[in-house]
Amino acid sequence: MAEKYVGQRVKRTEDPRLIQGLGHYVDDIKLADMLHVAFLRSMYAHARITSIDTSEALHAPGVVAVYTGQDVSSKIGQVPCGAALPDLKVPDHRVLATDKVYFVGHPIAAVVATDRYAARDAIDLIIVDYEELPAVIDVEGAASNSTVIHEHFGDNIAYKLTAGEGDIEAALASADHVVKQRLVHQRLAPIAMEPRGVLARYLPGEKELTLWSSTQIPHLMRTQVAIMLGIPENKLRVIAPEVGGGFGSKLNVYAEEALLGWIAMQLARPVKWIETRRENIQATIHGRGQVGYIEIGCKNDGTITGLRYNVFADMGAYHQLLTPAIPTLTGLMLSGCYKIPAIQMNTTAVFTNKMATDAYRGAGRPEATHVIERAMDMVAAKLKMDPVEVRRRNFPTPEEFPFKTATGLFYDSGNYVGALDKALEMADYSKLRKDQAAARKDGKIIGVGVSTYVEICAIGPSAATPAGGWESATVRVEPTGKVTVLTGASPHGQGQETSFAQIAADALGVDLNDIAVVHGDTAIVQYGIGTFGSRATAVGGTALVLALEELTKKATRFAAHLLEAEPESLQFEDGKFSTDGKSVSIQEVALAAHLARNIPADMDPGLSATRFFEPKNFTFPFGTHIVVSEIDRDTGDVKLTKYVAVDDCGKVINPMLVEGQIHGGIVQSIGQALYEELVYDDQGQLVTGTLMDYAVPKAAMIPWLELDRTETPSPVNPLGVKGVGEAGTIGATPAIVNSIVDALSPFGITHLDMPLRPELLWKIVNNAG
Amino acid sequence: MKKAISVTVNGVVHHQDVEPRLLLVHLLRDVLNLTGTHIGCETSICGACTVIIDGQAVKSCTILAVQADGASVTTIEGLGTEANLHPVQEGFWEHHGLQCGYCTPGMIMAGAQLLDRISSPTADQIRHGLEGNLCRCTGYQNIVEAIQYAASKAK
Amino acid sequence: MIPAQFDYIAPTTLDEAVALLSQHADDAKVLAGGHSLIPAMKLRLAQPQLLVDIGRIKGLSYIREEGGQIRIGAMTTHYQIESSARLREICPLLPEAAGQIGDVQVRNKGTIGGSLAHSDPAADWPAAALALDAELRAVSSKGERGIKAADFFVDLFTTALEQGEILSEIRIPIPKARTGQAYLKAAQPASGFAVVGVAVSLVRDAAGKCEAAAVGITGVASKAYRAAAVEKALAGASLDEKMIAAAAAHATDGIDANGDLYASAQYRKHLAAVYARRAITAASR
Repeated sequence: MAEKYVGQRVKRTEDPRLIQGLGHYVDDIKLADMLHVAFLRSMYAHARITSIDTSEALHAPGVVAVYTGQDVSSKIGQVPCGAALPDLKVPDHRVLATDKVYFVGHPIAAVVATDRYAARDAIDLIIVDYEELPAVIDVEGAASNSTVIHEHFGDNIAYKLTAGEGDIEAALASADHVVKQRLVHQRLAPIAMEPRGVLARYLPGEKELTLWSSTQIPHLMRTQVAIMLGIPENKLRVIAPEVGGGFGSKLNVYAEEALLGWIAMQLARPVKWIETRRENIQATIHGRGQVGYIEIGCKNDGTITGLRYNVFADMGAYHQLLTPAIPTLTGLMLSGCYKIPAIQMNTTAVFTNKMATDAYRGAGRPEATHVIERAMDMVAAKLKMDPVEVRRRNFPTPEEFPFKTATGLFYDSGNYVGALDKALEMADYSKLRKDQAAARKDGKIIGVGVSTYVEICAIGPSAATPAGGWESATVRVEPTGKVTVLTGASPHGQGQETSFAQIAADALGVDLNDIAVVHGDTAIVQYGIGTFGSRATAVGGTALVLALEELTKKATRFAAHLLEAEPESLQFEDGKFSTDGKSVSIQEVALAAHLARNIPADMDPGLSATRFFEPKNFTFPFGTHIVVSEIDRDTGDVKLTKYVAVDDCGKVINPMLVEGQIHGGIVQSIGQALYEELVYDDQGQLVTGTLMDYAVPKAAMIPWLELDRTETPSPVNPLGVKGVGEAGTIGATPAIVNSIVDALSPFGITHLDMPLRPELLWKIVNNAG
Repeated sequence: MKKAISVTVNGVVHHQDVEPRLLLVHLLRDVLNLTGTHIGCETSICGACTVIIDGQAVKSCTILAVQADGASVTTIEGLGTEANLHPVQEGFWEHHGLQCGYCTPGMIMAGAQLLDRISSPTADQIRHGLEGNLCRCTGYQNIVEAIQYAASKAK
Repeated sequence: MIPAQFDYIAPTTLDEAVALLSQHADDAKVLAGGHSLIPAMKLRLAQPQLLVDIGRIKGLSYIREEGGQIRIGAMTTHYQIESSARLREICPLLPEAAGQIGDVQVRNKGTIGGSLAHSDPAADWPAAALALDAELRAVSSKGERGIKAADFFVDLFTTALEQGEILSEIRIPIPKARTGQAYLKAAQPASGFAVVGVAVSLVRDAAGKCEAAAVGITGVASKAYRAAAVEKALAGASLDEKMIAAAAAHATDGIDANGDLYASAQYRKHLAAVYARRAITAASR
C-alpha cells in the first residue's frame, strides 16, 4: 500500500465538531418524556441499614418513583466481575445496597423525577437509619482485622496468589547485596473530565432497550447488562456516544448502567442519570492502591540476581469488572526491561471499606514499573553506581528478542539501549550530572531521575483475557464510493476516527474525507471488545488491515471481471485497478458490485469485508524518561526543570496522536508523583472528595515535555504497531520520583512514597522530623 | 417562584421564566439546548462550563441564570463556524489541542479571553491564563501551542 | 451540583436591599458575585431561604480616590482591581493580591466585598485588607458604620457584620510616599486557596529604614490576622536580609495554626515565616 496518510501528522477528523461544541456526550442527548435519576448514597463507610423511609420523597413534587435495594435486588443480577483467579472470593454485589453499606458513596436508593432538580431535592427527603460499624481502611491490616466486611467469607482476604519463575531463595542468597524497601502506590481517582452518565429508553412494543452510556466497552456492556436484566442480548442496544475520557474508569459495567435500564423498562419512559463529580470520586473505580515490600538481589557489578515483591492489594469493598486481575498485571511486568533470572510476587488481595479499585491508565503496570525502577535506583545507590549503568548492565540486547522473562512473558521486540542512548543524548546526561555537582556546591537541591520502562500492550490474546482479546473491523465501499469503516474498538478521545481512516485511505487509495469510521453502537457495529490496554491500533487496527486486504481481494475480482482480465494481472494503485492500459476505479467497482448486473457468477453482490484479529502475543513498548527536579530548600516545593522522553511504540500511524498520548500520560504521572492521592480517614470518610481537595494537575504545574521516539516494529501484527495509550503513565512516575530521591540523596534518602508533597520534602531537608 | 429573564445568547434574545436557583449552565444546556458548554465538576474548579458574559470569561456553573438577566452570553456554539473558525478553535485543531473534547469548549473560551487581554502571550502566561480549566487528556502542551498559534494567526 | 430552592430578590438600591435584609433576618443571604456562596449552595452546605442579589444595585462597583483614601465599591470584581493601572501605581498590593485569587474566571465574577464578607480563612483579601489598614463600610437600615479590618474578621466564616448589614465599600488610606508592598502566597494545588498568604505594606524613612510595617497573614489560622510581632520587629529596623528574616520568624507568634492533609500546623507556621520573609523582602525593594 502506498503510504500517503500513514505516518503523517494528519489533523483529526473528529475535531471540527468538538471544537464547536457540537459533539454529543450522554448528557447532550435528550428524549421526549425523559425522566431524571438521582442517587442517595451512603455517608458511612460501613454500616447496617436498619430502615429506609422513602414515603416523603415519593410525594415530593415531580417525583415519579423511588427504588431501594429491597425493590430491585431480586430483579437485577449481580454487578459482574470478569476476573477469574484460583479461590477468588467474589462478594454479592447488588446494584443498590440491601442490608449493609460498604463504602462512602455506596448507592442506597434511586429517585426518579421529572427533572434533575426535583430528583436531587427528593434525595434529601429519604430517611435512612444506620447502625454504624467499624471501618476496615488500612490495607496491610485488613487481612487480620477483626471486622469482616463480607461476614460469610470469614476474613477480608479476597485471594492470595504466588506468581513468578526461578528459585527466588537461591537467587537472593547468591546476591552480594539484597536491598529491601516498603513501597506504597497510593489510591488515585481517574477523573475523566466527563463524569459517567447513562440514558435508557425502553420501547415496550418492540421490547427493545437502548442504553446510551459513557463507556469504553459498549459490546461487553451489552452482554453483561442483558444478563443482569434477564433480557435477550439482541434486544439490548448500547451506544457509547462521544465519550469524554475514560482512562480505564469506563472500562467497566456499573450498577447504575443496569439499574437505569431496569427503571426505563418499569416506567416505559426514558430515564437519565448524570454523575456529579463528587459521585465520580466516591463511586467510579479508583486506581492503584498497593502496599508492597521489595527485595532485590544484586552482584557487586550491578547484575540483578532476583526480585521478590510481597504485596497487599486493596480491592475495595467489592469487585468491579477487573478488580482482582489488576495486581496480576503488576506481577507480569515486574521484570521491567531487565534480565532477572528469578522473580516472585506474593499477593494478598484484601477487601476494605472503600470504592473498588480497577483499571486506571496503566492498570497494574505503573505499579510494576515503579517497583522495578525504584529498585534499580536503590541498587545503584547501594553499589554507588550511576543508575544508568546499572540499567544498561541488565538490558537484554536487541538480538535477544523475543525475550523470555521470569514472569512468563515473551517480549516481542526491543532496543532498550537505543532509546536510553537517545534520551541521554537529548538530555545531555553527563552535563546534567556535572551541573548537578556544581549546583550542590552552591547549596541547591537538584536531582536527575531516569526510568527505563517496558510495558505490555495490545491486550489480548484471548487466552489471557476474561472476555476475548481479539478485535473486529468491517469495511464497506458504499454504492457511491464512500467508505465506511466499523470498528469494535470504540474510542474515547484517542482519535481512531482519524488514524483508522488513515489506514483505510492508504489501503484503498481514496481520499481521507471519503471515509467514515463508525464505532460505539452495538446495533451498527459488529461485536467488538473495546478500547483499553493500549489495544485499539495494535488489535483493532490490525483487524481493519485484514478486512481491507479481504475487501481489496474481492474488489480485484470484480475489477478483473469488469476489465475482462485475470485478477492476477491487475495493478491496484491510487484507488485504480489497471491492466493493459485499461482501468477502473474502486468507486466504479463498488457501484458495479452493488448493481450486480455484471459480476462474477460465484460472487455475492456488494463490496464489504468483516474480519477479526486474534493477536498471538502482547506487544511490549518501551522507552526512557529523564527528569531534572529542583527542590526549594525553604518550602519543599518541587520544580521539574527538564523532562525528556524517548518512547518506542513500534510503528506510528499518526505521530501527532502518539505525542498527545505521551503528553497526557506523563501529566497524569506528574499528578501521581507530586499531587494526587485519594485519602480515606480512619472512619472511611473520603477526605479528598472534590476537585477542591483532589489535585488534578493544572497547566502551570507542568514543565515543557521534550519528546522523541525510536521505532522498533512489533512482529506481532502486520502494522508493526505496539500501543501508546498508557506508556506515559507507566514510564514517567518512577523517573520523577527517582529524580527527587536523587536530589535528596545527600540527606541520606533512598526512597520516598508518593505523592511527594512539599511538606514531606521540607521535613527531609530541614530534618524537622 | 419563577422569575422572568431575558438573556442574549450568541446574538439571540431569549425570554424565559426560570426558577431562581437555575444555574446558567443548565439554562444554556437544558433550556436553550446549547449543549456545547459542559459540566465537569461542582466546585468551580474544572472550567468546562466557561462561557463569555459581556466580554468576560465566567464559569456558568457558578452563576444563576437570574444573575445573567439582561446580559449577553457567548457560548462555544457562537464563537465561530466551521467555515469561519475562531483562531483559537483553529489552533486547537491544527495543534491537536484536544483528545476527548470534553474540556475543549471551556478551554477554548478561556483561551479566547486570554488573547483578548494579552495579544502575544508567553507560554507561561498561557499556562497561568488556563489555571481555571482542567484537561485530563492532553497534558496541556498542545493547548499552549494551539493558543500560541491563534495569537500569531490573529495578528 | 444543584442548590436547594430559595426566593430571590434583586433590589436596585442599597436602601431596598438593607430593608429586605432586616425584614427577612435569619433567612436571607446577600448574593454579591456569588463565587463563595453559590459553590456552597451547590453542595448544599448553605441553604438560604432568600437571596438578596446586590448585583443590580448601581454604583457599588468603582475604584476611586477620595478624602485621602482609596475607595472600592463592594461589588468591584477581583479582575477590575487586578487590572487597575492606577492601583498598581498607588497601592500595588491590591492588584497583586487580586491577581492571585482563584483563576481568571473567578476573578472576572468574584467581588472584593463578597470575599471579605465571607471571611474564608484561606481567602486572599483578608490579608490584604489587614495589611492596608482598611476600613470596611457597613450599611444597614439603621445607617452606616465603619469597621476596621482588624476588627472585621471574627472567626471562621464569621465577620463583625451584624444581621441586616451589607458591606458596601472598602476604604484604604492612600499609601504614603516610600511605601513598599507585596502579596505572596503558597497556593493549595487543588483549590488554589492560600495555604499561607502574606500581605505586607511598609513605609521606609528617608534613610531607607523601616518606619512602619503592616503584615496581614491568611491561611494559617481560623481567621486572617495582623502579625503584630513581625510589625514590631520591623519598626525602625534596617531592611537587610538578616533583620527581615529575624522579623519574619515571628509570623505566627501566639497563633494557633491549622493543619490539614496538605500542610500540618508546624509546616504552615514555617511557611508563614518563609512567605513573610519573602513578602517583606519584595516590599522593601
